[in-house]
Parts: sequence; C-alpha cells; structure tokens
Amino acid sequence: MLELFRDTTIKHAVLAAGQVTPDSSRCVQCGICSYNCPIGIDVRAHALRGAPVQENRCLTCGECILRCPRGVLRFESALPERL
Amino acid sequence: MRRYVIIGSGAAGLAAAETIRRKDASGTIILLTGDRHGYYSRPGLAYYLTGEVPEKQLFPYDRNHIRNLNLLWEQSAVVRVHPAEHQLYLEGAKRVDYDRLLIATGATAILPDTPGISLEGVVKLDNMEDARHILRLARRGATAVVVGGGITALELVEGLAARGMKVHYFLRGDRYWSNVLDEEESRLVENRLTHEGVVLHHHTNLIEILGRGGRVSAVQAQEGDRDLRLNCSLVAVAIGIRPRKNLAAQAGLENARGILCNEALQTSHPDIYTAGDVAEVIDPVSGKPVLDSLWGPAVQMGKVAGGNMAGANLIYRKEIPFNVTRIAGLITTIIGQVGSEPAKTPSENDLTGAIMRGDSEIWRQYPDAVVTQTVGGHNRLRLYVRQATLAGALVMGDQQLSGPIQRIVREKLDIRSIHNMLIAPNAPLSDIITQFWRERQPAHAAFGFV
Repeated sequence: MLELFRDTTIKHAVLAAGQVTPDSSRCVQCGICSYNCPIGIDVRAHALRGAPVQENRCLTCGECILRCPRGVLRFESALPERL
Repeated sequence: MRRYVIIGSGAAGLAAAETIRRKDASGTIILLTGDRHGYYSRPGLAYYLTGEVPEKQLFPYDRNHIRNLNLLWEQSAVVRVHPAEHQLYLEGAKRVDYDRLLIATGATAILPDTPGISLEGVVKLDNMEDARHILRLARRGATAVVVGGGITALELVEGLAARGMKVHYFLRGDRYWSNVLDEEESRLVENRLTHEGVVLHHHTNLIEILGRGGRVSAVQAQEGDRDLRLNCSLVAVAIGIRPRKNLAAQAGLENARGILCNEALQTSHPDIYTAGDVAEVIDPVSGKPVLDSLWGPAVQMGKVAGGNMAGANLIYRKEIPFNVTRIAGLITTIIGQVGSEPAKTPSENDLTGAIMRGDSEIWRQYPDAVVTQTVGGHNRLRLYVRQATLAGALVMGDQQLSGPIQRIVREKLDIRSIHNMLIAPNAPLSDIITQFWRERQPAHAAFGFV
C-alpha cells in the first residue's frame, strides 16, 4: 500500500468521552470502517442510519475515522460542549 | 395486489425497493438486473482496486436483509418495454407484467472510437466485473496508461499504482479536473501523484492502441506537438459516462441526454418512474434539466420514486449538489457551485453531452460570487461568497469545517454579518467560519474536536 493513499488528514484527537458520529450524507457504504474495526462493530450500519456508535465495546481507537476515505466519521463529545 | 417492477440493482433501485416494501407489505416487487453481483457499493470499487477493502466487504446487506424485503430478484436483461400494455420482455421472450415500473438503469462509461479500443487490456470502471477484470490484468512492474479527466480516472490511477503498476496518466488539457479545481489545487494533486511515481502527460491525446495477438502492447499518442509511443499492457479509460436510456427511448418515453421526468420522478408515461444516474431532473434554481452521478441523490431519488409508485405523493427537490471524494489522498468536499472557470463548450468533459461519474453539472456553473481562499500546507478552503449567502465551497484536506459549510450553503444561511470579513485580503476564512458557526450553535457541540 502506498503511503499517499492512506495519508488522510483526519486528526488523531482521541477523546476519552467521545463517540464516533457519522454524517450519513457523505457515506457511500463502501464498508472500510467496519472492515477496519478491531472488535468487529458494524460501523457502516451506523453510518447508514446516521446514528452514533454508542456501543460500550467501542474502544474509540479512531481506526474507522482514519480509514474512511470520505470523512464520514468523526469524534463528537458525548458531553455538553465546554466553551 | 399491485405489481412493481424495478429495473436496476444500484443505489436508486434498492432504495426504491425498500421504500415500496415499507409502504406496501403485500405487493409483488420484481427486481431485474443485468449485474450478477446485485447490490454493492459502486463508489467502493475504487477502494477495492487500491486494496483497502476486500471484495465481499462491498456488499452492505446480508442475505437476511434482502430476504426480508421479499423481492423476486431476477438476473436478466430487459429487451423491451411496452408502456401502453404495462408489459416488458426479457431475454428469451419472457414477459413480465407490471402496474408500476421504475427504470433505474444507471449510466455506463463512454469508450472513445480510438483504433484498438476493443483489444484485451482496455478497461473501464463501471461495475464489479470491471474491477475484477482490472485486478486480473494488473501486473506489478508493468506499465498502464490511464486516459480521462475526472474522479474515476484518478481512482484508476491510484488503484493501478497501488497494485504496483507504472502508471502514465494522459490529460487532454494543461491540468487535472480544470473545471472544478483551481490551478493550485490541480497542481497540488498532480505533485502528489508525481511523488508516488505516476507520470503525467499534459496536452496529450490518445491516437491509437496497438496490440499483439489481440492484447494491448502499446499506445500511440500526441503529447503537445510531439509523438509519443509507450509500451504498456493495460489502458484504462474514464472520459465520461452516458445514461443508459435506450430502453426508455425505445419505449417512446421523453428523453434528452437521460430520461426526462417531473418532480414526482414520473416519466412521460404516468406509470413509469425513473431515478438515479439515468434520470434527468429539473434543477429548481436554473429551471433546466440536469444530470448528476452521485450516490446520495440516487438514494434520495429511489426513495421518492418508490414512495410514489406505492401511492405516496412525494416531490424530489434537487438539493444543492454535494460530494466527497479522495483525490491523491486528500479528502475533498465539493458543495454547491464551484466552477473554477466559466463553462466552455465544447469542453473536454462535455464532448458527448455526458458527464463524469461522481460529478454534478451544477459544479460547472460559474457563480456570480467572489472567490476567496485559505491555504495551509495541503489543506485548502475555497469559498464562493455572495452578498448574503455562500454559493459554494471546496474543502480539501482537513474536513473539520465541511459539515458547517455544507449547512451554510444548503440552508442558504444569512452571512451578511461576516461578508466583508470573508472577502478581505488574506482573511482567516477558517476562523471566521468557525466563529460564525459557534455563535449560531450555542446549545450543543458544533465541532467534533472541542
């Protein structure tokens, strides 16, 4: 695999209190997210429904976010925003 | 009991089937497709080529989901539709009756009439069979030539390079995707490709594909004013797509470049609907029929057409076009009108009146707006600023702002309070947009990274 095609610019900001949240309008159901989940969560199914990954098993490792070629996924704080 | 027939197993066809089944639990739904692989993520084929995802992962639905839809799924080509009789014929003269028909036949790659185009080793990327074909032919260390100017051509370049091929990329003009990207963005993409060993040839036209024993062995091209001959084993072509409207045209349905339809996605025959890449819908802004080839609108159209076939009264409002793609490793979001130069006719991508895959014609309209840009490394933000609204935007690299900008453009939010700041020289666009969005969204987390 060439380095270039994995070099997405998504930040590795892993939030302990974060959850993976999809923007389903960006998703084309390619399945890279589910394929790369180390514990086998079907992230794609969440993206289809536009629902955050609210599974206790989710490690918030960020692998799905990093691999998604269309920027569908991001961490969103599950807590109210501090401003 | 109503009989629904859907032609096409792509995003539009499946969305229609799901919608019909939700509204009509007992009706018969027949899905006819010429694609033996059924429903899979066609945009995902690009990532199958690069090796990021295995083939079986491209199928979003397991057997249970399809079974629960209770479809009669038949792999067969439709030969003819008879609207007055509410009948169609499959290969082998098999007749299928319908009450409501959906034509969602998609689009297919245009192949030029270049001599040698039918040699083994000339490939396109429309469907799973094409992707498999490419992977069978891709040889590490061998040379491939890619011809074409849009997203699919670049996906082919990236896929073949990732498979270890030496890729030569032929561009007809002086830079990549010139009617959507600006000059610097094109150069940024090209530099990244060059860095990965791709050889770019500008102002280059393919003249002939040469073969030995029926297989591609070389190409003859014109590069600027010099002749170019290159030995290669594979030629990948992505010069545009053409809606597959023949069936509809033969049936006497009104058509232009695609199948014409009203806002309910009804064709000129009231019991026949259309959706997806083959449908030519009216753009509410310009009032003109336009084509696009995007996953999101195809799903949306499938839902509207399916709902209406089952008796609902839905309207398809063409939304501001929006697409995300990855070009040379950079995630890029294109929203609304971003034409980088006024539409020229005939342009490279317009040579047959068709469009590119993953493309929308709205992006070609040159908006009456001020263009402003922020650049940081390989991150870029380009905005089309009107007096009170944003007409469009291109977000390349960091995508943190693309969600908010998507909504600012789509919802035509009033930006008069920041208009002058945005068009000031060297304006910090990201900061201005971030602040604007924060002030509008006090109640909850506006951004992912807080």
